[in-house]
Amino acid sequence: MKGLADLYLQQLKTGVASMLQYRGALVIWLIGNVLEPLIYLVVWSTVSRSAGGTVGGYSARDFAAYYIVLMLVNQATFTWVMYEFDYRIREGTFSADLLHPVHPIHADIAENLSSKVVNLPFVAAAAAGLAAIFHPALKLTLTAVAAFIPALVLAFLVRFLVDWTVALGAFWTVRVSAINQIHYMAVLFFSGQIAPLTVLPRPLQVVATVLPFRWTIGFPVELLLGRLTPGQVLTGFGIQAAWLLAAALLVRFAWRASVKRYSAVGA
Amino acid sequence: MNTTPAISLRDLKKTYIVSEREPGLRAALASLVHRRKSEVHAVDGITFDLAPGEIVGFLGPNGAGKTTTLKMLSGLLHPTSGELSVLSYVPSKRDRAFLRQITLVMGQRNQLVWDIPPSDSFELNRAIYRIPLADYRKTLDELVALLELEPLLGKPVRNLSLGERMKCEIAAALLHRPAVVFLDEPTIGLDVTMQRRIRTFIAEYNRLHGATVLLTSHYMADVEALCKRVIIIHRGRLLFDGELAALVQRFTAHKTIVVRLKDCAADLGSCGEVVSCEDGRLTLRVPKADTARVTGQILADLPVIDLTVEDPPIEEVIERVFAQGAS
Repeated sequence: MKGLADLYLQQLKTGVASMLQYRGALVIWLIGNVLEPLIYLVVWSTVSRSAGGTVGGYSARDFAAYYIVLMLVNQATFTWVMYEFDYRIREGTFSADLLHPVHPIHADIAENLSSKVVNLPFVAAAAAGLAAIFHPALKLTLTAVAAFIPALVLAFLVRFLVDWTVALGAFWTVRVSAINQIHYMAVLFFSGQIAPLTVLPRPLQVVATVLPFRWTIGFPVELLLGRLTPGQVLTGFGIQAAWLLAAALLVRFAWRASVKRYSAVGA
Repeated sequence: MNTTPAISLRDLKKTYIVSEREPGLRAALASLVHRRKSEVHAVDGITFDLAPGEIVGFLGPNGAGKTTTLKMLSGLLHPTSGELSVLSYVPSKRDRAFLRQITLVMGQRNQLVWDIPPSDSFELNRAIYRIPLADYRKTLDELVALLELEPLLGKPVRNLSLGERMKCEIAAALLHRPAVVFLDEPTIGLDVTMQRRIRTFIAEYNRLHGATVLLTSHYMADVEALCKRVIIIHRGRLLFDGELAALVQRFTAHKTIVVRLKDCAADLGSCGEVVSCEDGRLTLRVPKADTARVTGQILADLPVIDLTVEDPPIEEVIERVFAQGAS
């Protein structure tokens, strides 16, 4: 455990140092990260106003609160392991990772966390700026915040493990960017990014409940906004826990299969 | 004395299945429906042992199966058949205790994180291999001194020259003091001085830590300086396994006699093949069995200023071995 903690610490340091080398890219990425929820926010606020005040139970200020929190949650749970894997397989740098006496997922988790450390102040500032402009209807309760934190941690872990599993597809096809596109669309629709799930038609809501994406973004957002009943919160935690277990097993299985394939065909 | 081999291969094979097609659009369309598969026997039944502490040169032309073998030895590739043991581990199981005791240096971009100084990457490797701090400092000091890394430690890796990067790669790969070291072309693309430095370093590392080293290189100077024993493979099969000196003996039918005379007037065509003669420096190729007789004759008949008998350059010998293997 001590060894693993040391590894995470070193990976975090390395990750932060690497990220700071590319300030330009960092700024561009952050602009994108703010712009996307901003577009949805503006669109849905306009829709709700023209619909006479609310859409699916959201007023314009509710949408502002929803998308500002969503931006923070998305930032906290976002990963880019698919691009990483694509690069690793194409450039053949994966062999070096395989030679290390430690599972490569640890390095990826730590690197991901390091980017969050670097980005957090900027994203927080962006959220504050948006709040000043859009006046979100946000009343935080202590209970909601207390429940939000574990929900966010679970959301991060589930999203990371699911993304990592999908990224392992790079072992089977060189066109992992195509898989990535499909995955991105699914996340967009079923996580609550394109619209809060209550706004979506009923069948889509049912699909979203079954898929993991809602539990990695939409659920913590709705929880913090106080839009869920205690029963819904408990159910949500249960589903998150189930997905965590399933995703962990999936990673284990997919990883073994991937290494086996890599060792069979070489790269 | 430990008699268990550090590395042991028995009839090791690796067969790749590759899809192939004819050139052209029609063939491209046909390949969408039906792909023709064929087998490539990258490694085709290799057997050898390495004793602990040995440095062995692993040679062969491009595509001979050297890298495939090294990848199997380090656990990156599963053998198709045969037996393989490194430090009594089965490499393909990728046991952590096994991975902690080996290293594979392959190409230029492996161990180091591109955007940060090497010292940070070293620190990361310390954590990855869980090297106790005291050991780490000692090994690092040693590597920094042997490879003269001091001025490079603080520069981002992407700003280092090829040679500087290679030195840092090697240092990063050896921080955990592996007992078995696989080096795939460690001096490729480096200038002569840097090649020599890395060569000296490998010898020194082997001497200090008794590490077993299997090394591939296209530079015969590397092999001559480091390896008493060489293993040659071609098309996945073993061509030669033995002492470098024995290889030269076995595969050279000729010796080169270089004679210094006043001028090029003497006709030595009857003694052997005159390769060249410039400013009285005459190079003669003679069958090995005739060397003593011809040398005696030249010394007796001509006003010789200087005379040397040489084996052909090792490159030439290896080329001959490859050529024989191909036929």
